[in-house]
Amino acid sequence: MKLHNISFGNIKRRKGKMLFLVLGLVIGISTVVTLLSITETMTKNIEERLNQFGANIVMVPKSDNLSLNYGGIDVGGVNYRVREFDQEKLSDIRTIKNNKNLSIIAPKILGPVTINDKIVLLMGVLFEQELALKTWWHKAGGTFPEKEDEVMLGSQAATLLGFKAGDIIFLSGSPFKVTTILKPTGASEDDAIIASLGASQKLLGKQGKLSMVEISAFCQGCPITEITLQIAEKFPDAKVTAMKQAVMSKMQSIDMFKSFSLGVSIIVILIGSLLVLVTMMGSVNERTREIGIFRAIGFRRGHVMQIILLEAMLLGIIGGILGFCIGNLIAYSIIPFVIKDGVFAGINANLGIVSILMAVALSLLASLYPAFKASNMDPSEALRAL
Amino acid sequence: MTQVNHLIEIHGLKKTYQSGDTRVDAIKQMDFFIDDQEFITIMGQSGSGKSTLLSIMGALNHPTKGKVLVDSLDLYSLSGEQRADFRSEYIGFIFQSFQLIPYLTVLENVKLPMAVTGQKKKVKNQMALEVIDRVGLGAKANRLPDQLSGGEQERVAVARAIVNKPPIILADEPTGNLDSKTAGDIMQLLQSLNNDGHTIIVVTHNSDMASYAKRSIKVQDGECFDSFK
Repeated sequence: MKLHNISFGNIKRRKGKMLFLVLGLVIGISTVVTLLSITETMTKNIEERLNQFGANIVMVPKSDNLSLNYGGIDVGGVNYRVREFDQEKLSDIRTIKNNKNLSIIAPKILGPVTINDKIVLLMGVLFEQELALKTWWHKAGGTFPEKEDEVMLGSQAATLLGFKAGDIIFLSGSPFKVTTILKPTGASEDDAIIASLGASQKLLGKQGKLSMVEISAFCQGCPITEITLQIAEKFPDAKVTAMKQAVMSKMQSIDMFKSFSLGVSIIVILIGSLLVLVTMMGSVNERTREIGIFRAIGFRRGHVMQIILLEAMLLGIIGGILGFCIGNLIAYSIIPFVIKDGVFAGINANLGIVSILMAVALSLLASLYPAFKASNMDPSEALRAL
Repeated sequence: MTQVNHLIEIHGLKKTYQSGDTRVDAIKQMDFFIDDQEFITIMGQSGSGKSTLLSIMGALNHPTKGKVLVDSLDLYSLSGEQRADFRSEYIGFIFQSFQLIPYLTVLENVKLPMAVTGQKKKVKNQMALEVIDRVGLGAKANRLPDQLSGGEQERVAVARAIVNKPPIILADEPTGNLDSKTAGDIMQLLQSLNNDGHTIIVVTHNSDMASYAKRSIKVQDGECFDSFK
């Protein structure tokens, strides 16, 4: 006979009451798990969407001059000498501390080319990376370029130059096949000819050089500013800018939801704890006679406390496990309804451990006073109830 | 002249219960002693103070005044936890209406006082089974209390009281809920425990039970009158 046998026995005997107590914990824990799962799914969802939005870090060569361009309108009328990076150094980006958070790295070379007496912007890109980054690029027929001698034209450039998909254009005397025309994007590429990076570097006479690099980096909780600083450290000659606004505004809404979830969780957990407290108090009051017997046959105060707290711990474990499972089940069921295109983020084992620990802690805390009251029961008073 | 050391000594005992403005003197003045291996009945009407006296002797109820010495140990100079240890080691209680724990089997109920002692599980089991055999319930060790008759439940209560081999057994109306034949059996069982060396103190209002004891103490209006046989 050990003290835990008494705790087990009492739980088995008072199934109904104990079920009520577990229910209090289950409601609390499952609410927390559901809200956390929704928040996690929401964050992942936004992360994916942000990745689709394109780059959030831009790296350009450092310049001593101020920009004379606003909203696509250049008011300077002066051509600055454009500085470039060495392409061979590009792989250094992958050596930063947060390299796992770097999703897409899209280098570019920019320069003017002349076609039909018109100066046009030539944009040399790595098509695979660029297309992954610019998911809003849509072709108007044809296919995206794949070979060195293939190009695509921005909608405005195609109209002004009079080219269509399938035409051959000559850039600095070399023939290039126009494989597709981009649908209007409202951005700079509307006016550009987009060719492969290698071919463009050759045409512009800038082999091994890059004009800018667009980087897509996003992750839950990883500071974009820190990633920016890490890249800037690797490239002292570059100006690395984080386009934080989009990320910040989205994260702000998640933070607001997180605060709301936290508030709701605290209220539900308080109610759950109150339920545990009331049930445990009831249980202790009902067991006055029993506690009197325990004390009379030589149980110390600590032994009585141990019995009550052991019960609370066991019920906390059960409540935690059930609450975690039910919370996940609820999250799995309701996420498709509350988040558009939302897919349940999956079972988080760490959250499971935290849920059980939290349920045990709550159950113990709420049972502390009843246990204290039971242990301080005057045995002669308790026995008078016999 | 040699000084005789009694097992239990009660000196100038007084117990007053106070509830609001109402004061009840449950024990007005008591002085007596009990020697080792005695079998004593404490007789008295309801409300005479006999159960209060038993709980004070059992280190459960602090007296308003006076001393209780057991083996020369002043019980109420001890801390609450020390008194709990004292009860575990020295006292076996048999309560009115059996007071078994309903969700524990006979064996578990009997082993209950050993839950706070340091013996090994095997030893505890062996000791519990021995006393269950002793009270004649060997075949019913795994039954729950509500599967037993009143007499059998009382036997379990006796087994629980003696399992730690305490020198003193305090019984509060142990036959109150039993028919006369079963009550006689229980008193005989207590007698045999007394023959084995336990000091037995039984509180009862039934004068027939006094015949089993070696000595009776009559309690009336909070005072005691020793009557030797």
